[in-house]
Amino acid sequence: MPYIPHTPDDRERMIRTIGIGDVEELFDSVPQSLRLRRPLDLPPALSEMELIRELEAIASENKGAQHYVCFLGAGAYDHFIPSAVNHIVRRSEFYTSYTPYQAEISQGILQVIYEFQSMICALTGMDVSNASLYDGATAAAEAAIMTLNRSGRKRVLVSELVNPHYRAVMRTYLSQGLAKLDVVRSSGGVTSKDDLQNLLGQDVACFVVQYPSFVGTIEDLSVLAEMCHCVDASLVVIADPIALGILRSPGDLGADIVVGEGQSLGNPLSYGGPYLGFMGAREEFLRYIPGRISGATVDREGNRGYVLTLQAREQHIRRERAYSNICTNQSLNALAATVYLSLMGRSGLRKVAELCLQKAHYLADRLTGIRGVSLVYDAPFFKEFLIKTPLPADRVVAELRERRILAGVPMGRYFPDMDDCLLVCVTEKRTKAEMDNFAERLGEIL
Amino acid sequence: MSRSTEPLIFELSSPGRMGVDLPACDVPSKDLGEVIPEHLVRSDSPDLPEVSEVDVVRHFTRLSRRNFGVDVGTYPLGSCTMKYNPKVNEDIASLPGFTSLHPLQPVEDAQGVLRLMYELEQFLCEIGGMDSASLQPAAGAHGEMTGLMLIRAYHRARGDAGRRKILVPDSSHGTNPASAALTGFEVVEVKSDSRGGVDLDDLKRLADETVAGLMLTNPNTLGLFDENIEEIVRIVHEAGGLAYYDGANMNAILGICRPGDMGFDVMHFNLHKTFSTPHGGGGPGSGPVAVKEHLARFLPVPRIKKDQNGSFYLDNDCPDSIGKVSAFYGNVGVCIKAYCYIRQLGSEGLSSASKHAVLNANYLLARLREAYDVPYDRRCMHEFVLSAARQKKAGVKAGDIAKRLLDYGVHPPTMYFPLIVHEALMIEPTETESLEALDAFADAMLKIAEECEKDKDKVLSAPHTTAVGRLDEVRAARKPDLKWSRD
Repeated sequence: MPYIPHTPDDRERMIRTIGIGDVEELFDSVPQSLRLRRPLDLPPALSEMELIRELEAIASENKGAQHYVCFLGAGAYDHFIPSAVNHIVRRSEFYTSYTPYQAEISQGILQVIYEFQSMICALTGMDVSNASLYDGATAAAEAAIMTLNRSGRKRVLVSELVNPHYRAVMRTYLSQGLAKLDVVRSSGGVTSKDDLQNLLGQDVACFVVQYPSFVGTIEDLSVLAEMCHCVDASLVVIADPIALGILRSPGDLGADIVVGEGQSLGNPLSYGGPYLGFMGAREEFLRYIPGRISGATVDREGNRGYVLTLQAREQHIRRERAYSNICTNQSLNALAATVYLSLMGRSGLRKVAELCLQKAHYLADRLTGIRGVSLVYDAPFFKEFLIKTPLPADRVVAELRERRILAGVPMGRYFPDMDDCLLVCVTEKRTKAEMDNFAERLGEIL
Repeated sequence: MSRSTEPLIFELSSPGRMGVDLPACDVPSKDLGEVIPEHLVRSDSPDLPEVSEVDVVRHFTRLSRRNFGVDVGTYPLGSCTMKYNPKVNEDIASLPGFTSLHPLQPVEDAQGVLRLMYELEQFLCEIGGMDSASLQPAAGAHGEMTGLMLIRAYHRARGDAGRRKILVPDSSHGTNPASAALTGFEVVEVKSDSRGGVDLDDLKRLADETVAGLMLTNPNTLGLFDENIEEIVRIVHEAGGLAYYDGANMNAILGICRPGDMGFDVMHFNLHKTFSTPHGGGGPGSGPVAVKEHLARFLPVPRIKKDQNGSFYLDNDCPDSIGKVSAFYGNVGVCIKAYCYIRQLGSEGLSSASKHAVLNANYLLARLREAYDVPYDRRCMHEFVLSAARQKKAGVKAGDIAKRLLDYGVHPPTMYFPLIVHEALMIEPTETESLEALDAFADAMLKIAEECEKDKDKVLSAPHTTAVGRLDEVRAARKPDLKWSRD
């Protein structure tokens, strides 16, 4: 066993030092009645070579975005990852370290987190940020909980155009007796102002909206912010970080907390995880932010350094009085995002966003040029859009899969009256040739 | 060693520099104003650094050299199981067959990974003595939260509405009470007895019809196996509560005994502790929950199921489920590494890991027990807790000892935890440390104990050899500086 370095001589010496005759004696405190008297029923051990062979076979049973041309989005995106990202993420000084409790030998990851926080604030237009959360969905739930804790109110509103997976997670979190969750209807691909007005009241802690929405549309957050602020409710915005390269920041439009899924920033699809939730908030929410925060300080000689700070909020200090139980989060994914955003820089991120936007509009034009295919909404959109086709969306997906195209996410599984609607996503990775092929193949089957 | 600092990436920025090479747009471009209302377009690009790829790679490589990981040296951080992370698992999890899969692809394209996840659930159930599992929770605390939701759902389904309390020992991890509070429970602390186990009389007094469950780590955070475990679980069950096992300390008991056999109803695993997946500087982890049959119908959706033809699918049709706890299926990339670890070690390898983890901890305890106080002086399991009470009398605190250890090139133990031990130093060497590495750590601890008596200032002014000296945490908290700003 390469991971256990002990030789028989080592064991002998250790046993003697401890003053026992056999390793088994160390387990005397485990009652005999509980001892497992058989081997665990697991497959036989594999050597490294055998393991690689076996797992390569398992991996080859999967066919993902390297096999198909991928037009899937809905919360996970096939964006380009520059090579330098993975080379940094695989520095084992980073990935084999724990949460940086000993700051003096963890300056690397602490400074990365500080830089990550700075970048998230720049993107979202917020004052403060943290080291990351599990994913976009739990970040949305945590943001809602922050507003509940701060306001003492007991109701949360969520737009029906928030990713249904996120709404499901919010429901799970909030239904533990924390708050009532009401859904605000939409109209024409944007929040129904009437419905929002009807549901808003002095008992509402926040309204949660997505920017761009689950169906790709972009709406004016400033109107929503104003409506929320009239009743002292907060506006929580779930944002696509790539879109923020081109769209006005939610902070600029009146948002109080901005969260989102950071997978697009240098992290592979990986069948849904590990991803990272990011969070930015206005200053007044600082004490309510869950998870780790890195702060700058100085050492005894005046050198700049970084530490985990404001820990008095956290579970290991406050225990049951903590606002959140977060301990381990997604630091390595945040490192990937930080390297990604550094490589992109000011102009690169904007360019990626523009490529997504232009290509998505090109494909939308091509697809809606096919007879019977139309856009469901005329609202402005970014990189995702919803089309209606004469065939059930499941059928379209199945037929195009035969032609090595992942055409989109069928909406029928989320909205019962949308069986013929498909959510299509275009990232900067898609080429004109791939999109033309998509349009031609779709034309053939309709 | 001379101290050094690394500029922020923002401070390396130079207007006009690029770190990425993006293709030109290959489709006819529309005027931006034509597709997005003007007032929703950013007037200025976000304030990100402008650096070359060379700048980026050097900056983050330099930062990596300012970071201590298991690959750098011994990391006996109690309760965190900082064992070696096998490299082959990193390579396997990076195969494009895994990394390029979109979570919403048709399941026909994901049969390999679904089989792996299905089998991993089964392996974990076998190792924990449980019946069903979900890989969805992203970390240990997330697993706790999920498990507590299952407990709530169970009582609610039985119409047992009055159970609002969760019992946690005073030695428990901080996440236990925080998770219980977050899931709407009232937290009640149970005292530890003089041997470091759960105080049975206190437990009996508290276990009544308002108790929803008890959360317990065994071995506990003192590194001691609670011999009364069967009695403890019986008391909770007789009161109508459920028993939750915090799997943070599973590395002591793989193949030796199982939480399910101790009577626990629900547990979580920390794949990033017990099953060798790296901690990543604070995640990603993975905290699968496993349950006995009577809780299975409440597990998060989707469940991974196998149909009659042996094909795997995602089942969302589980009406009693607590719902979703993650957007998709959990930290799959982490699960792949844990699966590899279990496949490579097998039954014998896993129990050998636990035996050597316990052997290593007891060896260190034997070497250190004279120089430091041992508040619960029994044989330990995979970790043990020393007290620096004696050194404190001489004016040196546990935190000072930890900082001095940095100069000896090892990561310090967990400090000031568990809370029931004065000046606690919690040491967990794991099985992957060699005798030479253990001796080097023990020698350093003994040397420091000596320094506490003879050369106290050297300890109090430590660390001396690190990139920065002791950092001012009070200042960081009083005047929060949490992001770079241009001025």
